[in-house]
Amino acid sequence: MNPAFAEPTGYMNYLKRVGALAILSAGALYVIVSGGFDLSVGSLMTLTVIGSSMLASNDPNSTYWIIPLMLGIGAVVGLINELVVSNLKVPSLIATLGMMISLNGVAFMWSGGAPRGYLPDTFRFFGRYNIPDVPLIGILPVAVICLAAFGLVLWWGMHRTNYGRMLHAVGDNPQAARLAGVPVKSVRISAFVISSLTAVLAGVILGGRAGVSVDIGSGFELQAITAAVIGGAQLLGGRGSVPATIAGALALEAIFTLLNLLGLAQPIRLVVQGLILIGAVAFATYQRKRVGR
Amino acid sequence: MTDTSLATPRRRFRFDRNASAILLIAAVLIYLGLVLALGQTRFLTLENVIAILTRSITLGITAIGQTFAILVASIDLSVASVISAAAVVTSVVMNGNPAMMLPAIAAVLVMGAVIGLINGLVIARLEVNPLIATLGMSLIIQGILSYFYNNFAGNVPAEFQVFAYGTIGVVPYSLIFMFALAGLAWFVLRFTRFGSDIYSVGGNQDAARLAGIKTVRVVVGAHILCSLCAAIAGIYLASRLRSGAPWIGAEGVYDLESIAVVVIGGTVLAGGRGGVWGTMAGVIIFSLIDSIFNVAGVDAFVKQVLRGIIIVAAVAFYAARSQRPVA
Repeated sequence: MNPAFAEPTGYMNYLKRVGALAILSAGALYVIVSGGFDLSVGSLMTLTVIGSSMLASNDPNSTYWIIPLMLGIGAVVGLINELVVSNLKVPSLIATLGMMISLNGVAFMWSGGAPRGYLPDTFRFFGRYNIPDVPLIGILPVAVICLAAFGLVLWWGMHRTNYGRMLHAVGDNPQAARLAGVPVKSVRISAFVISSLTAVLAGVILGGRAGVSVDIGSGFELQAITAAVIGGAQLLGGRGSVPATIAGALALEAIFTLLNLLGLAQPIRLVVQGLILIGAVAFATYQRKRVGR
Repeated sequence: MTDTSLATPRRRFRFDRNASAILLIAAVLIYLGLVLALGQTRFLTLENVIAILTRSITLGITAIGQTFAILVASIDLSVASVISAAAVVTSVVMNGNPAMMLPAIAAVLVMGAVIGLINGLVIARLEVNPLIATLGMSLIIQGILSYFYNNFAGNVPAEFQVFAYGTIGVVPYSLIFMFALAGLAWFVLRFTRFGSDIYSVGGNQDAARLAGIKTVRVVVGAHILCSLCAAIAGIYLASRLRSGAPWIGAEGVYDLESIAVVVIGGTVLAGGRGGVWGTMAGVIIFSLIDSIFNVAGVDAFVKQVLRGIIIVAAVAFYAARSQRPVA
């Protein structure tokens, strides 16, 4: 069908394409497992890309302070999300929806509607650069290294630490978790902050690969939820796995790539994503009912 | 009234019941204050009040349906795509021919009912999370629609534009239609068995099932009503824009805005509490906010930021008092 996929390079390019979504999904999973939703991640990605391009003004040295600054903004966004949810008792769906609308507005305000300037190569390094002449696999994109590294950290955090177990407990039954001595509030805060931080990282990688545009992150919040659901995560909390979510993101992108290769247009992509989404959840529910849990 | 009556619990002021009215009054007062402070009394005419109300008829009709979905503890994210699909089907089937008006409306209503039926069955029978089920449905509708059309398609005859542009005196038919629809929804919720079943199922599905209510039917029914309202909103939009395009629903963000309006109107996202008049108050609050921004001359992007903050603040306004944990 396409000779590129007979070569390792083809697969490396595919992994590079999926890097941003996979990292984003793994981070969004933290909020899903804790029982909430984070719809603000896509707009945070947009803000990261627009903000960085506005601040960089073609100065290659600016990358070293822009990325930490963006991570700082991300942490503040995550913190606000959680404080609104737990202090004002606004359902996370609405709280992060409001955040999404506001952040899109901020990104527009910052750029005046049309982003000026572009990202310096030092910034685009993470999303675009390939390490050439690697034995066996040909090229090794930096995005793939980032995916492996962050994927590992997120896996460790959720599945190998006490914190990860508390996260599952909070998502499963917040009352029981509180009575068992879990600091529900700080666990939730960290989940939203982790989700926002990964959104910034995903934004850096996506911006590096795809360049600057005002709607670059739109739709990613739903794709991240889709990837988590394909990976068996339970919405409203208590169940989810980082490796399975990354695999979900890989599967989603693989299907999109396949549709592209078959020459099917964007509309079919939407239909397939919709069918997969409903099918995956219906199947998971059926399985759970069958084993009686 | 004596002071002692304040102490009896029977007369205690139910804050959550009245929150949407308080918000509405606050929005009206801010609007009045702003108009008077700026001396722009031309904004106080009857025509302008009607213009404010007419601005959000699409949102209003959609939100009436969304109220049913949220009351049964479900949610419908597919309304925006249904609006687009309904508008396109309306204008393509009519295609300028007045004789095709009734067939077009019938076709759109059937389409809406079928989409609602599928949504309801996937949610109630397959027990798929309603967010996911309707999100998936939304993607499917949008995909099919934009496979066939990528721009404004067909056009509606002048006779049909009366629905959006015709008036009795100064009041548009469409405004009367929206309030009539809200009245009908109120009647269904307040006086029919189906209405009380909706509140029971939304309050506690297991208890409702054990009490002998056929919960699947109630959820499916609520979703059919929700999709029907979205389809009607699409018909209205086609009449107003004189044609339909596959992006008009998504562009209006009717899915998320209708949910926000319902929640601002005091209907609880967890289901079982709320009503359609609160939703109408929420719709009017939304149009008033827009008008306030216009009168004050707020920059378009700042407007968007404030909109996001106001949605959250309005929900927080009464959610903050709730004792229940939220996620």
